[in-house]
Amino acid sequence: MNLDRNPSFTAGPMLSGPPCCTPHPHIVVKNLSVRYGSVSVIDDLSLTFNKGCLTTLIGPSGCGKTSFLSTLNRMTDLIPGCGVGGSICIEGQNIHNPEVDVVSLRRQVGMIFQKPNPFPLSIRRNLLLPLREHGVGKKEGAERMEEVLTQTGLWHEVKDRLNTSALSLSGGQQQRLCIARALALKPEILLLDEPCSALDPIATGVVEDLLLELKGRYTLIVVTHNLAQARRLADHAAFFWVKDGVGHLVEQGSSDQIFQHPEERLTQAYVNGRTG
Amino acid sequence: MFPLLSDPWLNRLLKLCAGMSGALVLLILIFLVVESVPALSSIGLFSFFSDPSWSPAEEASQGSFNMVPMVAGTLWATLLAMLAAGPVGIGLAIYCHYYATPVMAKLFRKLLELLAGIPSVVYGFWGLTAIVPILAKIHQPGASLLAGAMILGIMILPTVALVADSALFQVPRELIQGATALGMRPWSMIWGVILPTSRAGLFTGLLLGAGRALGETMAILMVSGNVVQHPETLFSPIRTLTANIALEMAYALGDHRNALFISGLLLMIMVTTLVILAELAGRRRYD
Amino acid sequence: MIELQHTGAGRSGGLADKMAGFIFKAMALGVALLFLWLLTDLVRHGLGSISVAFLTEAPRNAGREGGIGPIIVSTLSILGVCLATVLPLGMGTAVFLGEFAPPGHGFGTLVRRSLDVLAGVPSIVFGLFGNAFFCVYLGLGFSILSGGLTLACMVLPIFIRSCEEGLRAVPSSMRHAAAALGMSRFTTLTHILLPAALPGLAVGLVLGIGRALAETAALIFSSGYVDRMPQSIHDSGRSLSIHIYELSMNVAGGDGAAYGSALVLISMLLVINGLASHIAGKWLGKHQMGELG
Repeated sequence: MNLDRNPSFTAGPMLSGPPCCTPHPHIVVKNLSVRYGSVSVIDDLSLTFNKGCLTTLIGPSGCGKTSFLSTLNRMTDLIPGCGVGGSICIEGQNIHNPEVDVVSLRRQVGMIFQKPNPFPLSIRRNLLLPLREHGVGKKEGAERMEEVLTQTGLWHEVKDRLNTSALSLSGGQQQRLCIARALALKPEILLLDEPCSALDPIATGVVEDLLLELKGRYTLIVVTHNLAQARRLADHAAFFWVKDGVGHLVEQGSSDQIFQHPEERLTQAYVNGRTG
Repeated sequence: MFPLLSDPWLNRLLKLCAGMSGALVLLILIFLVVESVPALSSIGLFSFFSDPSWSPAEEASQGSFNMVPMVAGTLWATLLAMLAAGPVGIGLAIYCHYYATPVMAKLFRKLLELLAGIPSVVYGFWGLTAIVPILAKIHQPGASLLAGAMILGIMILPTVALVADSALFQVPRELIQGATALGMRPWSMIWGVILPTSRAGLFTGLLLGAGRALGETMAILMVSGNVVQHPETLFSPIRTLTANIALEMAYALGDHRNALFISGLLLMIMVTTLVILAELAGRRRYD
Repeated sequence: MIELQHTGAGRSGGLADKMAGFIFKAMALGVALLFLWLLTDLVRHGLGSISVAFLTEAPRNAGREGGIGPIIVSTLSILGVCLATVLPLGMGTAVFLGEFAPPGHGFGTLVRRSLDVLAGVPSIVFGLFGNAFFCVYLGLGFSILSGGLTLACMVLPIFIRSCEEGLRAVPSSMRHAAAALGMSRFTTLTHILLPAALPGLAVGLVLGIGRALAETAALIFSSGYVDRMPQSIHDSGRSLSIHIYELSMNVAGGDGAAYGSALVLISMLLVINGLASHIAGKWLGKHQMGELG
């Protein structure tokens, strides 16, 4: 596994990203509201994500973190009866603009799910199928495949069995494969919804190390229940809470602020385990 | 409240019911075999392939019992029907799942269920009055292999579509979410991921459709012309094994009657094999 | 730089997707139109023949004139014999399979397998069997009784499957509660489980009726062709589906009456189908609202 933490060694859209705390907004969310049918899930939420930062979204279950994540790559379009209000701008472009090609959006804003979901096909097909969909040719596809498998530390583990089923991999390997699959499309942003909750502690450690390597080059947003994990990973954090059955943002800031010197009492209570 | 039947008696009674139901298939098999066996000795197995034609008589020596053209007719009609109904049936299931609005999908499934319930004699009757005259204009006589295959195809379409539909329901939602999040468009998702994943269930649907086509009697009897011959072209009239039984059973005696039972046994074996294959295919997990 | 507008990359993917969408929608439209064609043909040609007289009078002139009164009576009688056999036998088997034979049970599995095979047997083979067993071996001859019993063999697997599902849908908590109260299995069955499973049973019954009404090949050699009003179940009787067959194939000029009969048959089936959906819908609704626990 490549333990080199110097980002300039492997390819990526940003060969050397700015260190996180020179804030450069990448995603700007203003007054976001989400409802399923008539049930409101998120109300009046504003949040900014900086380029190259790893932001964790923390808070108890049911406060809309996953729904929030789904709005960022318009996966909410798939849910019947789901209404999204407010604005979400990525590098100044509103993603709900009718001229936006949602397929292009999803290539550049990748998503990793809680339960690893590789296709029940070979490892090779898992990686090549989305590449082909986005118009990447055979030769380049094979190159990118090797590249991302190396990035995620899978290359040496699977290079001799690329044609075996992806389902024969362990949970941790499958999740890394899903990350590799998303990375192959050369996204700028990765959304991760509790990526380690279905994994055992060792696999969790491996995936966390991978995420730490990826930040700086990619903007990462990680939803997590696990406060200890959030402390380990985050540059920035955003704390969600439920009020009257609707999700709200209580506080956002650097990880130092949220975990050590929170401004809100609720935040302080949550991060110290006294509530939630 | 006094129990009318104490439990051990209840157990026995129910077991008897189940035993009778289970024995039914065996009973059918036994009777088929009992009625067929005399033909094997008096006509001889070889004759069914080698006799000059199908002109059965009560006495084996006076008749001719070549079944091969009818078997050929049966297989051709089924094959052609499957070639049409297979892809279209799966296509309809795909439509319901991925291209129709929820309201349209519900309506369409209802339509398919209705179509599946229409009696074969009505399909045959409609085929006779609507389809055969149109075909007759293209090439006489109209009642032909093509007409038979078309009507069969229409008949098995709902079966294939409904089984394929339930197979597609089994595809885990996470797979589709994952593919969508990767920016895959519906068709790429369907062709690249969903169809390979639901292969087993779709295959079951095809096998069940084929089984139904093989066993169909009335509709094909009414539209395919009923001439015992090898189909030379799509427009040749043919007679299937099933139609043959229906036509001749009324007046068949002696060896002729036994020969018909043999064709019935043959049909039962063919269809049962397909049903067993369908069950095996349905049980294989995709790896 | 995020490029969100339509790019050139993946253009061919987009085209294939659009074409695929078009093809599938066209298929669905085509099939819907086909059905519409069939239905309008039947209604257009058959509606004129339908009248009260048609439904009650006897056929005259080989069915070209007159009505289908005795035919309907025969059909319903055959149906009656079929149901009288299927209901007790089917329910008994379903209860046995559902309550007394868990999945691993040897005998239960054997019965299930043989029912699966039975469900696949072609209808003409049932006709042969019905003829050989009921008409000849048991000496019942061409009769409504033979026809009904033959149909019972066909409908049995469908009914049992539906009953089993109805029973399976009843939550185990009910069985546990009854057992804890020391109730005998018979009482549990008759007073708790079967009433709770009633919608499933009803759906199975209705599906079975639908199947039976549509059957032709199995009846040709078991219940016969006679189109007079049957006097008893030992008389031969012609079912509606056989009447349609006879009129269209063997009676020149019988098409008009055939259309009328077909329309009657389809209407009966539509009503039955509608009933099945309605009951099934209510059953599902009850589950969702927790009325069945």
